[in-house]
Amino acid sequence: MIKYVLYALAVGGLLLSCSKDRKKTKMALKKAWKSFENILPQFLTVLILIGLALAVLDEKTISRFLGSESGMPGMLGAVVIGSITLIPGFVAFPLAAALLESGAGYMQIAAFVSSLMMVGIATLPMEIKTFGKKMAVVRNLAAVVFSIVSACVIGVIL
Amino acid sequence: MKIKELVLRYKVFLILLAVNVAVGLAAPEIGMRSLAASKRNLLEMLSIIPPVFLLLGLLDVWVDRATMIRYTGRGSGLRGMLLSFLLGSAAAGPLYAAFPVASMMLKKGSSVFNVLIFVGAWSTTKIPMVTFEAANLGLRFTLTRLCLNILGIILIAVITEHLLTKKEQEELYRLNEG
Repeated sequence: MIKYVLYALAVGGLLLSCSKDRKKTKMALKKAWKSFENILPQFLTVLILIGLALAVLDEKTISRFLGSESGMPGMLGAVVIGSITLIPGFVAFPLAAALLESGAGYMQIAAFVSSLMMVGIATLPMEIKTFGKKMAVVRNLAAVVFSIVSACVIGVIL
Repeated sequence: MKIKELVLRYKVFLILLAVNVAVGLAAPEIGMRSLAASKRNLLEMLSIIPPVFLLLGLLDVWVDRATMIRYTGRGSGLRGMLLSFLLGSAAAGPLYAAFPVASMMLKKGSSVFNVLIFVGAWSTTKIPMVTFEAANLGLRFTLTRLCLNILGIILIAVITEHLLTKKEQEELYRLNEG
């Protein structure tokens, strides 16, 4: 849904820009291509990294790690898996729901979901290109710590 | 010379590709699975890249530095933070699509703090994703996680910004120039 909104915005913006100033629009297109070309090597690297990570950590393996009675080690395992993999939401949430049903605790699920969203080890090449090494590493480490803390909080509350 | 440059630029990708092929030869099942995952991600990327980069290009040309600094730069205060947060929440696409946008924000003079808020919001409070999460994991879980994560986004932004020295922040802006 939101994808179509994005496309509509982009096309609308392009038309508006074109009607106002053709030369500037041409420049915008050139800049769009340039910034894409600039990040393409990292894009492709990330693509392969994600593929490899998901091939090793498929849904069955994840279920085994985060299953019922996995407790604290399961929660930490969830953070590790969530940090390494990059699973789109439409796959991750049904998987998380299935894990809950099969007995995983809220703590493990929260750890998995939070780290999946906030921590990106596979996407580090791209993040480093934008933020530099230190900022990228600090942000990801802080996100790991936060995922653990928030999972514990959710484990206590829910 | 041209080809050599190209190979150099894509060397990490090429090495990983070779690793992937090697894995595929040694363990065909894992190789196939990683290929399928890469293909799925490639399609997702291809569907989201055109509008994101088009908007980036338009933003670059039509929004000047002074405007960006006024709204999201240093001293833009609570309003700048809120704006960055909403910008990230209204986004679509996986986290890696956020970095080119973050790069543009830095180039145009947004504060490091606001860029971190933007990336944080993009990662965890995207509106369409949150509704899907609530449908799958329940409202109670989703809202609790959301509240915690909003707090987390701010904390992570504060910590990361403070751990960077002034010189490192200047370096960051230089990295995203041009």
